[in-house]
Amino acid sequence: MGKRKVDISKHELVPEHIVLSEEEANELLKKLNITKSQLPKILASDPMVKKIKAKPGDIIKIVRRSPTAGVYYYYRVVISEK
Amino acid sequence: MRVFQRTIAGIKFGILSPEQIREMSVAKIVTPDTYDEDGYPIEGGLMDPKLGVVDPGLRCKTCGARAGECPGHFGRIELARPVIHVGYAKHIARILKIICRECSRIKLPQEKIDEFRKRIKNARKIGKDEEVIIDELYNQAKQVKVCPHCGAEQGEIKFEKPTTYLENGRKLTPSDVRERLEKITDEDAEALGFDVEVARPEYMVLTVLPVPPVTVRPSIILESGERSEDDLTHKLVDIIRINQRLQENIEAGAPQIIIEDLWELLQYHVTTYFNNEVAGIPPARHRSGRPLKTLAQRLKGKEGRFRGNLSGKRVNFSARTVISPDPNISINEVGVPIEVARELTVPVRVTPYNIDYLRKLVKNGAHKYPGANYVERPDGSKIRLDKAKSVEKALKELDVGYIVHRHLQDGDIVLFNRQPSLHRMSIMAHEVRVMPGKTFRLNLCVCPPYNADFDGDEMNLHAIQGEEARAEARMLMRVQDQILSPRFGGPIIGGIHDHISGAYLFTKKETKFRREEALQLLYIAKMYDEIKKLLKEKSEDGYYTGKQIFSLILPEDLNLRYKAKVCKKCETCLEEDCPYDAFVVIKNGKLIKGVMDEKSFGAFAGELLDRIVKDYGTDKAREFLDKITRLVIAFISKRGFTTGIDDEDLPEEAKQRINEILTKAEEEVQNVIEMYEQGLLEPLPGRTLEETLEMRIMQILSEARDKSGQIANEYLEKIEERGKLNGARIMAISGARGSLLNLTQMAACVGQQSVRGERIKRGYSGRTLPHFKKGDIGAKAKGFVKSSYKSGLSPTEFFFHAMGGREGLVDTAVRTSQSGYMQRRLINALQDLKVEYDNTVRDARYVIVAFKHGEDGADPARTDWGKTVNVKKVIEKVISKRG
Ligand SMILES: [Mg+2]
Ligand SMILES: [Zn+2]
Ligand SMILES: [Zn+2]
Ligand SMILES: [Zn+2]
Repeated sequence: MGKRKVDISKHELVPEHIVLSEEEANELLKKLNITKSQLPKILASDPMVKKIKAKPGDIIKIVRRSPTAGVYYYYRVVISEK
Repeated sequence: MRVFQRTIAGIKFGILSPEQIREMSVAKIVTPDTYDEDGYPIEGGLMDPKLGVVDPGLRCKTCGARAGECPGHFGRIELARPVIHVGYAKHIARILKIICRECSRIKLPQEKIDEFRKRIKNARKIGKDEEVIIDELYNQAKQVKVCPHCGAEQGEIKFEKPTTYLENGRKLTPSDVRERLEKITDEDAEALGFDVEVARPEYMVLTVLPVPPVTVRPSIILESGERSEDDLTHKLVDIIRINQRLQENIEAGAPQIIIEDLWELLQYHVTTYFNNEVAGIPPARHRSGRPLKTLAQRLKGKEGRFRGNLSGKRVNFSARTVISPDPNISINEVGVPIEVARELTVPVRVTPYNIDYLRKLVKNGAHKYPGANYVERPDGSKIRLDKAKSVEKALKELDVGYIVHRHLQDGDIVLFNRQPSLHRMSIMAHEVRVMPGKTFRLNLCVCPPYNADFDGDEMNLHAIQGEEARAEARMLMRVQDQILSPRFGGPIIGGIHDHISGAYLFTKKETKFRREEALQLLYIAKMYDEIKKLLKEKSEDGYYTGKQIFSLILPEDLNLRYKAKVCKKCETCLEEDCPYDAFVVIKNGKLIKGVMDEKSFGAFAGELLDRIVKDYGTDKAREFLDKITRLVIAFISKRGFTTGIDDEDLPEEAKQRINEILTKAEEEVQNVIEMYEQGLLEPLPGRTLEETLEMRIMQILSEARDKSGQIANEYLEKIEERGKLNGARIMAISGARGSLLNLTQMAACVGQQSVRGERIKRGYSGRTLPHFKKGDIGAKAKGFVKSSYKSGLSPTEFFFHAMGGREGLVDTAVRTSQSGYMQRRLINALQDLKVEYDNTVRDARYVIVAFKHGEDGADPARTDWGKTVNVKKVIEKVISKRG
């Protein structure tokens, strides 16, 4: 089977993923008063993580459409499998 | 006592090695006898004093502590021959199948073994499931016929439950098995998933058996003075006895067969000691024939240690009895029988301010209400106040610093619960009202959250013992604070049944009262302030209207408009000019237009109640519910309200019209079937011809039923307009109980019966019942019930109805058990998630699960039926305030 090139980020069920810059990441952790290990996680092998080329340790901001709040930001820290 | 505090870094599970078992053992148990003739425990017996103490007064021979403080100490039995541990029997079988019978190496080349070891190590480090990798190794190694290490030919290993292993049909003794396991190298063991530091494979075959301390298996003294030993002790006696015989026979050089028989018997006893419900062997029984409860039985199942003693426990200070209704107590209250109040107690510390009062209670003692059951000294010792003598003693002693355990009294806060406790409103805090009778009494408005009725339901009550708990219960759990449900953001506590029909009749246009009648009603309802208010109002030619009286309960500045439940959903709503009085208008606390019904203050639907809780607070809402209950119940009791079979009486004309409609529908069905048979039916998009036919038929029949229902309702309405009360219809339209569909089924036509959402189709070949021709797919032959419940069903109709009804029963039975299990799983998974003060949702490790609860941070109980804000309502409120 050959590889089919589908841009999953274009799918309507895939929310926008953005890698936070170092400053943004620090600001977020400060705002939440937590360490990185207390953030929800996402595997480096996740297709969207690969797509936006995030590395383990990076924090990803996910922009979700919410029926109750309009826009809802979710943050996850990238972890490696090993 | 010294308290040590440590944070647990982790827990490691392993298997006890024979050395560890010997090390932790304080006594070698050798004799099956427990006590000597004088009743003293025998040393080296199962009740050896070194194993700990259970009898009060004695001291432990090992640690010197008294009963209760000594945790108990393990002993051991040295087994004459090794035996398989049932718990690991399956695991042993798997290992035997993948190691060489000669050299015990894994039957894979060295490189492969190394690779698996590495992968398992890795998986363990990142917390991934290593089981999958071991499965892979197992699948690769099990069919290997020749050992790659020593070249030995391999036999076929068969595992026979529960503890037998066969190699090429020859039995392997536990000794053989253990020998093979012993020879496994540490490296190979790692590849098999063992952490050799704490678990070597051969530990799965026992050579020493730990004997649990006596504290784990205390003997009980029966009333006859006889000693009765715990089931575990019985089992251990069996093990020692057989072990001893086996030892003796081995030493005496008995024939191999005898030794093997005894060995197997020892294996049986050890197996059932661990688990007496193993498949393949008969359970060990007590002399009485009852199966013994051994180790696994203590842990397993609903009544086992985990679910029965750790997740949930039995408690003191609780009571359970049948519930019954009382509309005269507040929703916040619970009626408690005096008998219960005398048994349940509340601890009160004696101070200079309450000593006189408490002395009175102590003087009354345990039997006279209100009294007290115990007086507790500062050192914790208690005097029970059940005898005149002890009461006297307690009175003399009683002083500041003592604690009096007094009877439950009016105003005490207690927790009240009805199972199944599916949501948080299943346990609420109530104020006690002690009263005669033997049932718990509760206000009818709290039936919905408990899902209670009075057909024999029982409920539990818990008397709170501490100040913190009392404060918490009062502030967070009180009934009035639970009116709004966090499930849908509306009231879950509210009027039901007669409240609704009562209020509907009370607020109808034509309901009016003479002055005396009005005052009497208000007096019965204990609404004394409202009496004064009403007297100041002017009456219309000596009459007060129901709406006028009802308005007395409403907050004075309340403004509200909504469609009532009785609304006919006309195409253009005339709002306040509704000819049916179905549009409610409340202006400055006066009910101007509309009737009160389910949409006003019913549980799950009450708009008016919802407004009152959210705008005026829970105190006002409680007051509103209490008053409306008393007023409306007083009214409906006086007026009278009933329903009978004549509520479904229809005039001959109506019956004829209904029959016409149904007959015509049946003919129409026949026509459609003919069209289908002639191939004239067009299939609907995405459907087969047969599906299309079924859908058409179902549609025709359901339309016919609806139409006949409309006709029935029309006539019932006409009859009511002529002044005859129709309780059934009033209940249906006001939302008190039942629906128009129920009325239709009783008066006009029951309608299509279905199984799995389809017309009835199963039964005989080609037909549902022998009453019909084969291939008949007409309305009658496939479960359409043309009759009404009142006129009675024909035999075939009755049978179809029973089929549909049975499906309903089975469905509910299946659903409850499935949803119960799902609920347990969900609660286990979610129990320690918590909304923190910064609005994030976090788990027990403080890891964030949600950055804002519910994505909008809103408390669903305070939302407008789930929506954060209802702009329309806000605007309406502002406008009505101005105008
Ligand atoms: Mg019931
Ligand atoms: Zn001890
Ligand atoms: Zn070998
Ligand atoms: Zn209307």
